[in-house]
Amino acid sequence: MYDLSAAFGAALRMVAGFDPALMGIVALSVKVSLAAVAIATVLGLPLGAAVALGRFPGRRGMIVVLNALMGLPPVVVGLLVYLLLSRSGPLGPLGLLFTPPAMIIAQAILITPIVAALARQVVEDAWTEYQEQLRSLGAPPRRAVWTLLWDTRFSLVTVVLAGFGRAAAEVGAVIMVGGNIDGVTRVMTTAIALETSKGDLPLALGLGLILITLVLAANAAAYTIKEVAQRRLG
Amino acid sequence: MKFTRRSLLVAASLAVTLALSPAQAQDKFIVVSSTTSTQDSGLFGHILPIFKAKTGIDVRVVAQGTGQALDTGRRGDADVVFVHDKVAEEKFVADGFSPERREVMYNDFVLIGPKSDPAKVAGSKDIAGSLKKIAEAKAPFASRGDKSGTHAAELRLWRVAAIDLEKDKGTWYRELGQGMGPTLNTAAGMNAYVLADRATWLSFKNRADLTIVVEGDQRLFNQYGIMLVNPAKHAHVKKDLGQTFIDWITSPEGQKAIADYKIGGESLFFPNFRKAGT
Repeated sequence: MYDLSAAFGAALRMVAGFDPALMGIVALSVKVSLAAVAIATVLGLPLGAAVALGRFPGRRGMIVVLNALMGLPPVVVGLLVYLLLSRSGPLGPLGLLFTPPAMIIAQAILITPIVAALARQVVEDAWTEYQEQLRSLGAPPRRAVWTLLWDTRFSLVTVVLAGFGRAAAEVGAVIMVGGNIDGVTRVMTTAIALETSKGDLPLALGLGLILITLVLAANAAAYTIKEVAQRRLG
Repeated sequence: MKFTRRSLLVAASLAVTLALSPAQAQDKFIVVSSTTSTQDSGLFGHILPIFKAKTGIDVRVVAQGTGQALDTGRRGDADVVFVHDKVAEEKFVADGFSPERREVMYNDFVLIGPKSDPAKVAGSKDIAGSLKKIAEAKAPFASRGDKSGTHAAELRLWRVAAIDLEKDKGTWYRELGQGMGPTLNTAAGMNAYVLADRATWLSFKNRADLTIVVEGDQRLFNQYGIMLVNPAKHAHVKKDLGQTFIDWITSPEGQKAIADYKIGGESLFFPNFRKAGT
């Protein structure tokens, strides 16, 4: 009980004091996760829609693989990106290991399948519903992809949020490729891991509370925007 | 408002550019792969700002176990390696991964254990005898098990105590494969004995029922060394900036900064750089 109240105290003090180190960590968390989500959205939505509408050999296999990739173990992705970006690896000359872009790459790999697989399901359901109409209008499949993505955009917001949630909460991959460097690659989750390893459990939990609040705020904002837009655009 | 595909793309590329920009902003930095003890104890937080104020060089510390930190250097992913396993460090130099190893500072290991002290070792100054008693009592012992400097030291001490772990380890000997902090957290949870470096112990907060039971044995000495990653092996290594850091930390000023770092009036590390041959 003591630890829990101490955690709330620590969280409140940090937030109220606008601790600059904390603000930097929060800003980096948001930046990295948003960039990863942006990449995952640009790649994942069209991919998901294409798989939903396409009729090609191996499609069923691809759906199973996409769904399975939602459960990619972060630590394995971290290791893979680490070996790719290491100076001794194929992409070593880029010098990206232990930088924020390395973290963005790892997270994008983790969440693109999530966005793609969920988008596939959403678009496929919409397709079953509107198939007749779209066919009768004579829309070519390429156009149908964009039409359906546009029509399901409000559901897809939730899909993108699922990706964002995973990115913001992830620690295994980013600690490996980012290195948890103070002021450079330290994000909320790696800071929590660090404070835990120092045995400062109340501070770690305090940071955790702030992280949860942030994710909650992001979701509330997205929900509000969605509601407003839905009412305006119907 | 119409947000189309193009505006989505623009937003996406903007987000990526934003995220990438700070990485390129500052160029004058080095990456130092070091141990969890130097970072978790707060030493770097104390000495790096002093170094930065003097030279303008940003030191980016990646804190890992000594085994992993050396590997990071071997792969060329760090400019400088700052660890504590003399045997492994000398091999690192002998294998050509660094031109030179310098001894920077030392502290000591301590044996931590529950206050109830089931193996009856508290107050002893004989680490080998104490480990023997723990093995005989089959009292829970938490081992790092992660090829870190502390793990290497622990394994050496078991050998000194003439305990053959391969043969004698039972369920009482628990290999965690974790860093120092998580290992202490686990030991606190299961009231186990554990070997820790004094710096991490002093700055560790979740002690629960644990306390120091054995200290002061000469065999608990813990030396830290620093090495530049060999530019001949990895051409991109920031040789000059890295050497500046090594020269500073072994200079009177750097050595004083280390000695000045205290928690509760107690020094965590003791500088002991000596020029070769003196």
